[in-house]
Amino acid sequence: MTVESTAAARKPRRASKRTSAAKKPQSSEPQLVQLLTPEGERVEHPDYSIDLSADELRGLYRDMVLTRRFDAEATALQRQGELGLWASLLGQEAAQIGSGRALRDDDYVFPTYREHGVAWCRGVDPTNLLGMFRGVNHGGWDPTTNNFHLYTIVIGSQTLHATGYAMGVAKDGADSAVIAYFGDGASSQGDVAESFTFSAVYNAPVVFFCQNNQWAISEPTERQTRVPLYQRAQGYGFPGVRVDGNDVLACLAVTRSALERARRGEGPTLVEAFTYRMGAHTTSDDPTKYRADDERAAWEAKDPILRLRTYLESSGHADEAFFTALDEESETLGKRVREVVRAMPDPEPLSLFEHGYADGSSLVDEERAQFSAYQASFADSAEEGK
Amino acid sequence: MAVEKMSIAKALNESLRLALDTDPKVLIMGEDVGKLGGVFRITDGLQKDFGEDRVIDTPLAESGIVGTAIGLALRGYRPIVEIQFDGFVFPAYDQIVTQLAKMHARALGKIKLPVVVRIPYGGGIGAVEHHSESPEALFAHVAGLKVVSPSNASDAYWMMQQAVQSDDPIIFFEPKRRYWDKGEVDTESIPGPLHKAVTVREGSDLTLVAYGPMVKVCLEAAAAAQEEGKSVEVLDLRSMSPIDFDAIQTSVEKTGRLVVVHEAPVFYGSGAEIAARITERSFYHLEAPVLRVGGYHVPYPPARLEDEYLPGLDRVLDAVDRSLAY
Repeated sequence: MTVESTAAARKPRRASKRTSAAKKPQSSEPQLVQLLTPEGERVEHPDYSIDLSADELRGLYRDMVLTRRFDAEATALQRQGELGLWASLLGQEAAQIGSGRALRDDDYVFPTYREHGVAWCRGVDPTNLLGMFRGVNHGGWDPTTNNFHLYTIVIGSQTLHATGYAMGVAKDGADSAVIAYFGDGASSQGDVAESFTFSAVYNAPVVFFCQNNQWAISEPTERQTRVPLYQRAQGYGFPGVRVDGNDVLACLAVTRSALERARRGEGPTLVEAFTYRMGAHTTSDDPTKYRADDERAAWEAKDPILRLRTYLESSGHADEAFFTALDEESETLGKRVREVVRAMPDPEPLSLFEHGYADGSSLVDEERAQFSAYQASFADSAEEGK
Repeated sequence: MAVEKMSIAKALNESLRLALDTDPKVLIMGEDVGKLGGVFRITDGLQKDFGEDRVIDTPLAESGIVGTAIGLALRGYRPIVEIQFDGFVFPAYDQIVTQLAKMHARALGKIKLPVVVRIPYGGGIGAVEHHSESPEALFAHVAGLKVVSPSNASDAYWMMQQAVQSDDPIIFFEPKRRYWDKGEVDTESIPGPLHKAVTVREGSDLTLVAYGPMVKVCLEAAAAAQEEGKSVEVLDLRSMSPIDFDAIQTSVEKTGRLVVVHEAPVFYGSGAEIAARITERSFYHLEAPVLRVGGYHVPYPPARLEDEYLPGLDRVLDAVDRSLAY
């Protein structure tokens, strides 16, 4: 598959028309790295190869299926009023599992707020991701336990944190690598541009993993850029590569290669995973206002899970018993997520005043005392009323 | 004895040197901080002695400087960031307010952000636009940040030490027009906690509260008032977040009158917060309304007008007179 077939399924782009009028017509859209076609056929690439055991292939499939199941459960929990919001990763499982499984334990991840599949790969309990969407905290996991930083909501900010962290890794003389996740919308943010500059001049061991899911809420990628995003890297002096973001094998191979390059001290790489946000931006969004149904249908034919299943079946790497067992595991996961979320307690009111400062603050102490007395005053009147 | 007379600039330089020497995790980052030693030479000679790996010249991008400092802090470093001038901090304001200030709470206390952001601030040096501002209230308003400013060489030395040792992000405002004022620094004796106010002149008729560059003006005003038989106490606030309200309260309950002085605009300034809290705490002790002297609600003016804009000796004395005459 080339990007041409992708573009053909989309609406005509006025911007690209202007580009071709202003410049020499480009011979073709950029190729993307692909190792598994949408039809489930295993293909080779001159620069990226991968040799996985049947066990590893089944593992990737299992990761994607369970991630999608978890994601569907979270969407349902939002609809049931258990979560205030959910940002679905539907359609981006291959990009996240492929890149996530390329990481070593000592590598460090800086996610956006949609990296549920990467969190899964890092061993973060999926139910921990739901606290912030339920509103009981702003991030319920210890980032240092799994080297998986907290979700960052303000778009693009975390790319600088990843770069700084990578600068620290280099200072320590470690051969760990850092990966920063962001999207096509974030590519317009100044912080992303600055992170490219800083990582390039300090040769920081960081991989910029851009999931181009074609939409920044309602704005298409054409509203963010006039060149394919991976080509931005060239201007900063490091390589960029576009990978089929719905091909878990290609995402794994390309990310692994970029991470190894970082470990060798050769600096940053930009990976553009060309994928599609199958669902809404979040549960508050209504994509029918800005995009056509046939676009989604075209991407459904390129589904990341379906193509790996086809390959697993045709290659004989998985049998019916495997798929049946996985279905059961999925349902067990969904049930556990449901139960944990429904039992998630609201925080104690006085916890408002915790964690504002590491060393404390006299101002917070004073306000805590006032609030505490205010609360106690109700307890007193309740006593009197008895 | 290790008492030395030095300028505020030298005290900061010595303090940064000590921090680099004491803790290998301390880093200095900023524009032109290396070979040049910063535009005010506060980091002079540090890169030569500690190397480019510890004293890091950065690309010209303030958000990038603070954003990467956050990442370095997450890796276990203790970055001291220099913002070249007050008016240049705003490209980094997002990283400071949405990330640096909130990340500790976001992580339920599981990670710490020991980052010091140094900002030379204030006017009085005849500079072009964006080089003379006092944005401290914009940071003090943000929970998760602590905001301090020394007024003299000893505080410059010791408050920097304390800021570097703090596990909270500290916005460290340096009174740039006082950089070359000299004072005694005892490098062996810590004067007191970082967030406590200090009475720098005792008095009984009225309390002047100031910080940073305005402490000197207030001391001069108190001396001038003394000649007219008025006894004015001067408190050096030192910390704008948190504020040592106990110290102000104690002084005001002794004198009965309070005037707050800062270069920043009075509208929504630290003086407003102090006036409100002290009115609440010490209402029956006040003989006059709390008055404020500061900048006006206009963009910082061209240099030839800054003497009109900035609180000087006469404007402070005018407020002292108004309070005493109330």
